[in-house]
Amino acid sequence: MSTTGTTATVPRPRPGFTPASAFRIAGPTTGAAGALILLSIYNAFFTTNFLTLATLRVNLTQVSTIVLVAVGMTFVIATGGIDLSVGSLMAISGAIAPLIFLSHQWPLGSDWIAVPVAIVVAILVTGLFGLFNGVLVTRFEIQPIVATLVLFLGGRGIAKALLHGELRHFKEPHFDYIGTGRPFGIPVQVLLMLIVVAVAAWAMRSTSFGRYVLATGGNENAARLAGVPVNRIRLVVYAISGLLAGLAGLIVISLNSSTDPNLVGINMELNAIAAAAVGGTVLTGGRATVVGTLVGAVLVHQLRYTLISHGVADGTTRMVTAAAILGAVLLQQARRGGD
Amino acid sequence: MSDAEPQQASLLTMENIVKAFPGSVALDNASLSVARGEIHAIVGQNGAGKSTMMKIVNGAYRRNSGTLLFDGRPADFVSPLQAQAAGVSTIYQEINLVPYRSVAENILMGREPRRFGLINWPAMNRRAGEILGRLNIHIDVRQPLMNYNVALQQMVAIARAVSVDAKLVIMDEPTSSLDEREVSTLFDVIRSLKASGVSVIYISHRLDELPQIADRITVMRDGRTVAVRDAKDLTKLELIALMLGKDLGDVRSTGATGFARSTRQEDGEALLTARHMQRGRVLKDASVTVRPGEIVGLAGLLGSGRTELARVIFGADAPDSGELTYGGRTSAFANPADAIAAGIGLCSEDRKAEGIIPYLSVRENLTLAALPVLTRHGVVDTARQREIVDRFIDRLGIKTSNPDQPIRELSGGNQQKVLLARWLCLNPKLLILDEPTRGIDVGAKAEIQALIDELADAGLGVLMISSELEEIAEGSDHVTVLSDGRTVAEFDRGQISQPAIIQAMAHIETIATPDPAEVA
Amino acid sequence: MAATAPVVANRPSPRWMLLLQQQGATFALIAVAILGLARYGENFRSSFNIWEMLRNNTYYGLIALGMTFVIMTGGIDLSVGAVAALAAVTAARLSPHGIWVGTLGAIGIGILVGLINGTIIARFKVQPFIVTLAMLLGCRGAALNLSHNANVSVDFRSGFIDIGQRNIGPVPLPVIITVVAYILGSILFNFTRFGRHLLAIGGGEEASRLAGLPVDRTKVVVYAISGACAGLAGAILASLAYTGSPNFAIGWELSAIAAVIVGGTLLTGGRGSVGTTLSGVLLLGLIFNELNFERAKGTFELTQYWEEIIRGAFLLLVVLLQARLSRSQRTNRM
Repeated sequence: MSTTGTTATVPRPRPGFTPASAFRIAGPTTGAAGALILLSIYNAFFTTNFLTLATLRVNLTQVSTIVLVAVGMTFVIATGGIDLSVGSLMAISGAIAPLIFLSHQWPLGSDWIAVPVAIVVAILVTGLFGLFNGVLVTRFEIQPIVATLVLFLGGRGIAKALLHGELRHFKEPHFDYIGTGRPFGIPVQVLLMLIVVAVAAWAMRSTSFGRYVLATGGNENAARLAGVPVNRIRLVVYAISGLLAGLAGLIVISLNSSTDPNLVGINMELNAIAAAAVGGTVLTGGRATVVGTLVGAVLVHQLRYTLISHGVADGTTRMVTAAAILGAVLLQQARRGGD
Repeated sequence: MSDAEPQQASLLTMENIVKAFPGSVALDNASLSVARGEIHAIVGQNGAGKSTMMKIVNGAYRRNSGTLLFDGRPADFVSPLQAQAAGVSTIYQEINLVPYRSVAENILMGREPRRFGLINWPAMNRRAGEILGRLNIHIDVRQPLMNYNVALQQMVAIARAVSVDAKLVIMDEPTSSLDEREVSTLFDVIRSLKASGVSVIYISHRLDELPQIADRITVMRDGRTVAVRDAKDLTKLELIALMLGKDLGDVRSTGATGFARSTRQEDGEALLTARHMQRGRVLKDASVTVRPGEIVGLAGLLGSGRTELARVIFGADAPDSGELTYGGRTSAFANPADAIAAGIGLCSEDRKAEGIIPYLSVRENLTLAALPVLTRHGVVDTARQREIVDRFIDRLGIKTSNPDQPIRELSGGNQQKVLLARWLCLNPKLLILDEPTRGIDVGAKAEIQALIDELADAGLGVLMISSELEEIAEGSDHVTVLSDGRTVAEFDRGQISQPAIIQAMAHIETIATPDPAEVA
Repeated sequence: MAATAPVVANRPSPRWMLLLQQQGATFALIAVAILGLARYGENFRSSFNIWEMLRNNTYYGLIALGMTFVIMTGGIDLSVGAVAALAAVTAARLSPHGIWVGTLGAIGIGILVGLINGTIIARFKVQPFIVTLAMLLGCRGAALNLSHNANVSVDFRSGFIDIGQRNIGPVPLPVIITVVAYILGSILFNFTRFGRHLLAIGGGEEASRLAGLPVDRTKVVVYAISGACAGLAGAILASLAYTGSPNFAIGWELSAIAAVIVGGTLLTGGRGSVGTTLSGVLLLGLIFNELNFERAKGTFELTQYWEEIIRGAFLLLVVLLQARLSRSQRTNRM
């Protein structure tokens, strides 16, 4: 680059540091994290029993299913898509697993075989349904909202058909472990949640898969021309979303020792999307944060918990939560400069 | 322009305009004066302030200070609507009409004729037809706009602007998607505007066009107005000197491009041979050959199939038929990833739509195509990544405050350099460049052209698509001309000249589409 | 070069293809109706069946109507189900005061929610998806509060229940109301500037702004319309169910979206029509009606859960068809 004589090294100016610029430089999750900290402090002082281990355990347990689904949702949103089918997929996995381990058709040592098989099959099936979503989006070029709408509408029906619309109770100690087990004193699902979050966050930041996901959502045409396997990436993220939804469904039914296809996973899409949005993932794709989703889910959940434990009515709790979600998204937009 | 009644003659007078944004000053005592019925061109590099100036005129921005007189009265437009009401119309680079709606609706959008509060469709169609007729355009106004080609859509945009009784029409790069014939048609339309007393502000970086259409030219640089001249008094060389702020002696004597007179000897063995490529209705029978160390210029009008050919070679589109020979293989690539792995790169013509991933950093954008190489077991080697990025920032002179900056914050020229680096860091054997210097200021343009020269000297094969004849003529070792989807001419180095290329582009056209008047 | 060359148009899509794409739902509706008439005999043809089927689809139809306007502008309203429930509860509470107060109150609350949605979306430029999603939550909460977590009985002596139950001649009142709503909606869409601007905004918001269209105001109005439609639907629902429940209409927003899509309006905005949504709603309603008859014939053993599966499968079919159609349209243009 010698002939035109431009300077070789470019001096790098230090960005001026004002409160406004700090607001912008701070990551997308900072606001949510800050709110979470404040809320926790408040609870520490004003909510009885907040600082006990039992409370922490219960809260984290309740939020773990949401986080699992929301992590999958984060990847899907990062590619510029959305997955409305997660709730229905939870119902499906919640229907399949009991059907398998309750079928009493297993050879000797039945429980040891039946339960793992049930778990694996249930999750695989929802993973395949996720793949189905991905095929609709990539091969048939159907918009994600419409494509996943298909399973949103039909999937719960499948779960109901499998169980004839009934609530089923079950007593299956090996399976219960998923919901109630406590390795090292930490509930299984919380452990799963933390592992999934850690792996997912690392993957998004440090693997080429993660970078490809963001490139796909950031500018699909450009990504394609740069050799990014866009279709494959999309298939994978929808499959992941399906797998995680399947896992979450199993946890839910294990916690309740029963499965009701009408209720398992209800409203989960909303919770997952809200968690991602509050945490800093942009709904149009290309910018996402897994840790942010964790913070967002915990924050929303914590908010509800705070309100409920102070005797606020369910209805009002929902309204306040809705306002908080809106507020979080507005703030984030302001931080980004309202693009 | 008489001085006898200065108030009357000048439609727009802007003086000492200052406009600052957080972090930068876009306009620093800029000025502009446009007479009635004048076609006034504004030129300047990226960042010179042309766009900002226009946005103040058309109400999208408000100035911080300075005076603005429009039509004899002080004006301070607070919204585009207000400016439009006063008679200022703008036609943007990206045609921003609504494709699914009919031509008539697009022209009269917002001012649909009504009867008893309800829209009067027949009247609307009739009015639209009249408006277009005044510009000598006769089409079915009931058809959806998207059924018509880009050039026509642009004319519709102009028709719309004119129909709001504009006194001043601002055109921002109106010819960037047009071929020569369409440009000529556009100029006819602009001249008829002038004849009816409408003034036109014409922003363009196609300097060759200006003498044909402009009355006066304002040159801007760094947020200031540096010169205002009559178009016929200004040579292209002087113009460039003013834009760059250099003395005449500094500008290259071989022309205005950064290409040096080449003394390259290309190797005999062909690197890439594409024969009789056909795809859809655009690409019919196109062939091109590139040798290592050779710059092949691919010339042609808009719609001649150049970009389509590039995409087919790169594996971005699948050809319907044709042979592709490259490094031992004889079939087309199934997808860009395969082509990339084989050592081919494609730098697309539209940075924004097909090049940059806006919110990812400079670093990420630069290494995006190289990730397969930088990845081990799925994990990205960040140390190597950083090293490559630093190396290319230095080598190409990319101006960025730090490589983790989102790429969208960079100027057009620097973004283009990052995109070039994306391919260069892979050490490709063949580089396809589609309009590599479009929308880039003169200085960066020359840098990039010189870079391409360097790379060819080192053995890289380059297939360069460009609509700027000068670039093709000066920079190519060999020129292939496409017309209507077919290869119609090939020129070796000694035979290359702009007139010859133009002739080749025009030649086949008159034969293929006989003019009824000429049938003999 | 002197003379202006004649300007040439690309070849437009064949007429039959355009017609199929735009009116496919209507054709399907006619076909399915004919099938029903031929196959299921007297009971199907009976006025009882037809009117009842129509009566039971009025609320779907109204919600879908409002949704059509929103989708045309490129937006989406996920709160309509919750608004309908809130409106139903409101109507139930107001029912002692008669049909006008009850119905207008329900519509009013719908408009209020719609205005809030529209204002946040237009003024603060937050994505419609998340705004209406949050509003969904908020409205369910408001409904819970208003109903004190229970079902609110409708006063059936005040005349309020007429809105859903009354007939004018053989025609149920809600059907008349819905038809009138669609007619008004169609006039609004085709013959007013407001209506014409909807698709423009959906097709290109920035362009529309620069063209001087009142984009923000249009958006606010469009969400208000959606809310009003949902409110009216809620009133009818309450009157038919004799109760206002905060758990009504769960998931209906997505069924409405499905109907709009089946009708042929593009979710990305920029193309569509009001009439086709009606076709979409009726088509779905008719299919379920006929499935009931088919089941009664004993052709197959279908439990009620299959309704959801069928909805999903039908949407899938339609969407695949549309994808196929638009793909061939695209290749035509090349």
